[in-house]
Amino acid sequence: MNTLSDAWSWLTSGSHWAGSDGIWNRLGEHLFLTAVCLLISCAVALPVALVLGHLGKGGALAVNISNAGRAVPTFAVLVLLLLTPIGQHGQWPTIIALVLFAVPPLLTNAYVGMRGVDADVVRAARGMGMTGSQLLRQVELPLAAPLILTGVRIAAVQLVATATIAALVGGGGLGRIITAGFNLASTPMVVAGAVLVAVFALLVESVFVVAQRLAPRWLRGGTG
Amino acid sequence: MNAPPDDCLARNEWICGAYLTGRRGILWDAVLQHLQLTAVAVLLGLALAVPLAVAARRWRWASAPVLGSTTVLYTIPSLAMFSLLLPVYGLSASLVVAGLVLYSLTLLVRNILAGLRAVPEETRQAARGMGYGPVRLLLAVELPLALPAAMAGLRIATVSAVSLVTIGAIVGHGGLGNLIYAGMNTFFKAQVLTASVLCVLIAILADLLLLTIQRVLTPWTRRPGERSA
Repeated sequence: MNTLSDAWSWLTSGSHWAGSDGIWNRLGEHLFLTAVCLLISCAVALPVALVLGHLGKGGALAVNISNAGRAVPTFAVLVLLLLTPIGQHGQWPTIIALVLFAVPPLLTNAYVGMRGVDADVVRAARGMGMTGSQLLRQVELPLAAPLILTGVRIAAVQLVATATIAALVGGGGLGRIITAGFNLASTPMVVAGAVLVAVFALLVESVFVVAQRLAPRWLRGGTG
Repeated sequence: MNAPPDDCLARNEWICGAYLTGRRGILWDAVLQHLQLTAVAVLLGLALAVPLAVAARRWRWASAPVLGSTTVLYTIPSLAMFSLLLPVYGLSASLVVAGLVLYSLTLLVRNILAGLRAVPEETRQAARGMGYGPVRLLLAVELPLALPAAMAGLRIATVSAVSLVTIGAIVGHGGLGNLIYAGMNTFFKAQVLTASVLCVLIAILADLLLLTIQRVLTPWTRRPGERSA
């Protein structure tokens, strides 16, 4: 319990919140990194998944490949990128590694959601004379939206959690508080950093849960 | 007057045979540590997850806290998880194992529970009608029928554990992650690439091994002419 109270006093000390190494700054870096990576991975994964899901072809292969990506440690990808010429371009190794990490849940959920759209509904829409792109935008996308959003939520929370490893290669974010704590052999600081990241991840999760509760009915899915 | 050796190590190439032969011992030790950490963590996770899932299945009041707490655990980042456990375990291999166990719990509990819940009520009634007690029903009927879902969870948990072990490098017990971490600090390309590739190979082999075990244990899921994952 002693460590916890030490961590608490570390957290509540005002000087640890200010400055370039301070909590506020690290929190901002973390948020920025997570948001950029989430946007890029959505921009990469969602169109591919939507088109493959609409066509009903090649999706199983894409899902299998992206699931196999789970076997590749993000930390290893990060270090590998760091040692290539990309490593000289600031944050890019971290961003690329995190995007590669966030694509699988997005891709899988969006594809599964698209394939789960009732075939009768699709046939009815076609019978009404809808073109492929109308069908995609007006029928399949709204019906698949709940699962797609679940994928975005999973990706966002995992990104918040995994963005900490940026600190292992000298990047910013809340992970820096943890690694700095390790370097200073200060367990309270390490624990305080860990608590911050965990709380941040839980906050992101709850923001999504609340947003989904407040969203229009079709976004929530049948089960609410 | 010997010129410095002009081999792939001196040139710091990504792929280097001399590295593989010269550091065979180090690589082997790292692979063994990696396997050991993964195996111990997944087995411990399984030993904890089965009773938790069974309890959550049996008693309605138990399912919310079990599912809730394991989900929260999964939200905690790996780096943070190892750090949070630091006061308890210190800088040790147990720290990494404990972190990995907590991670695997979410995936395992969820999948085992889903498998148990998917057992048809008629099947359970038939078994009861044949005079099966609750323990025998669980061991001989429910758990075997939950196996495919449970194995799917086990495969994901194992593959994730293999890749998460690398983060253990921060406390010096990361198996191949140690080599990646050290290689990063010294810009040793061959070491980083070799260790990363070995990591992926371990994950793939472990997944294939579990897939084989699953097929052997659940022959009824294979129908002739049908390919199942």
